[in-house]
Amino acid sequence: MTEPFLIGDAMTGGYGRGADILHDCTIAVNPGEIAVIVGPNGAGKSTAMKAVFGMLNIHKGSVRLDGEEITHLSPQDRVAKGMAFVPQTSNIFTSLTVEENLEMGAFLRRDDIRVTMEQIYDLFPILRDKRKQAAGELSGGQRQQVAVGRALMTQPKVLMLDEPTAGVSPIVMDELFDRIIEVARKGISILMVEQNARQALQIADRGYVLVQGANRFTDTGAALLADPDVRKSFLGG
Amino acid sequence: MIDLLNALVVLSNYVLIPALAYGSQLALGALGVTLIYGILRFSNFAHGDTMAFGAMVTILVTWLFQGWGISLGPLPTALLAIPFGIAATAVLLLTTDRLVYRFYRQQKAAPVILVIVSMGVMFVMNGLVRFIIGPNDQRFSDGERFIISAREFKKLTGLSEGLAFKTTQGITIVTAVIVVAILFWFLNRTRTGKSMRAFSDNEDLALLSGINPDRVVMVTWLIVAGLAATAGALYGLDKSFKPFIYLQLLLPIFAAAVVGGLGNPLGAIAGGFVIAFSEVLITYPLKKVLGYLLPDGFEPDTLVQLLSTDYKFAVSFTILIIVLLFRPTGLFKGKSV
Repeated sequence: MTEPFLIGDAMTGGYGRGADILHDCTIAVNPGEIAVIVGPNGAGKSTAMKAVFGMLNIHKGSVRLDGEEITHLSPQDRVAKGMAFVPQTSNIFTSLTVEENLEMGAFLRRDDIRVTMEQIYDLFPILRDKRKQAAGELSGGQRQQVAVGRALMTQPKVLMLDEPTAGVSPIVMDELFDRIIEVARKGISILMVEQNARQALQIADRGYVLVQGANRFTDTGAALLADPDVRKSFLGG
Repeated sequence: MIDLLNALVVLSNYVLIPALAYGSQLALGALGVTLIYGILRFSNFAHGDTMAFGAMVTILVTWLFQGWGISLGPLPTALLAIPFGIAATAVLLLTTDRLVYRFYRQQKAAPVILVIVSMGVMFVMNGLVRFIIGPNDQRFSDGERFIISAREFKKLTGLSEGLAFKTTQGITIVTAVIVVAILFWFLNRTRTGKSMRAFSDNEDLALLSGINPDRVVMVTWLIVAGLAATAGALYGLDKSFKPFIYLQLLLPIFAAAVVGGLGNPLGAIAGGFVIAFSEVLITYPLKKVLGYLLPDGFEPDTLVQLLSTDYKFAVSFTILIIVLLFRPTGLFKGKSV
């Protein structure tokens, strides 16, 4: 098997000097693929993703991007390497306008960002209409679009989303998932954590079911949805 | 009709114009406080003495220029010296940050610790200023004293009341407008300015976006140096320079920043004028104004001075408390204290 584009390989670790939260946990994703991490509350879903992004201490295992060892890089350095992260909360600059949010996403870039900005406005047309408005005045779903848009401004190779549909209505959730599929079709790897396991697995190329910080089931999204054990334990039958 | 005009002139002469100038000085001071609060996330008690330091350097350079015979004609020589005051203040602030604040930033110290640290810095700066220039009053204004004097005004209009508009008041107001315009242009239009607002809004996300925190902090200190030295020099020029006065100025400045909403530059300006106008209006005897406005025989017997000027700081305090009780985030959306 060839090495995946991004892999958090057998990660064990936790926050600061605290107890280990992840135990030998492996998460991987390939270009153009959507990988989804699901699991019960407190399973370490977000923690696993933060570990891949360098926000906690891994003392065993490693993270590799395109074959390059990045285990000890800071999150900022990983952004420069082409990884983008959308946190679950506080993921926009509320007092800045939508357009300024996008500009700040592209802060590291020195080239012309207008083309990328146009692409994002094409992806999320509502943001074009609201580009002069403060991002904090937008609805929950629109804020998530700003957050994803900000992350895409760096032209990342990997987009990591921590519960992008938390707190938005089912209609907005479907809409967001459609947009995420669209982003993946452009060849960007998507790694996301989701509460809405059933819907998320429907769009997932790869699904990871975590329990207590360890991999319980790993398969394609469709296979996990069909697996009676997964259905019974995590999808409510 | 004439009575109404006279009343208006008296009010302008003793309340509106002085409050406008004082408000501009407070606004510039409060802008510095609010920027530090928004970006470095602590209340900088050393800000008053930073202003004193900037004013002191401006004075020393002014004296030097006066000694060399350099002048600006009708304008005060101090205007030429302010850039030197700003430069020296910038060096002082960057040095302080390097020696003191950076250590606590790396420790991720709580804001309350930084407040106490800034008090220490305040005492050191205050001592430094008194050590260099002494604790006494210093005068350094020269040039034309009035844009329009009371006598000229009376001759010009034929009114029985005079209106004096001091050069220093005019310069204070004009300078404040220019400085604020440049600051807002910088914060809203430039990449660095926007990154400062982003950093103030959401530090974690700013880091994720690749914004360099050290650079943001450095630029903030440079801007604060500009604001503090300008505000300090203008205040000294308009009133007089005395190191301890700047310590006392801290209260109205903080009141202005809090009233406007800490961390919000627009609020700092509004707050500056709210505080200045309340302070001047409440401590000014309104007898003469009312004498013109009320019908004959109704003229008040007392001075109608709501509060003696000795207690003017009570005004800032009261407004501060009212705002904190009923609107802790200030008039404009700021961070709650």
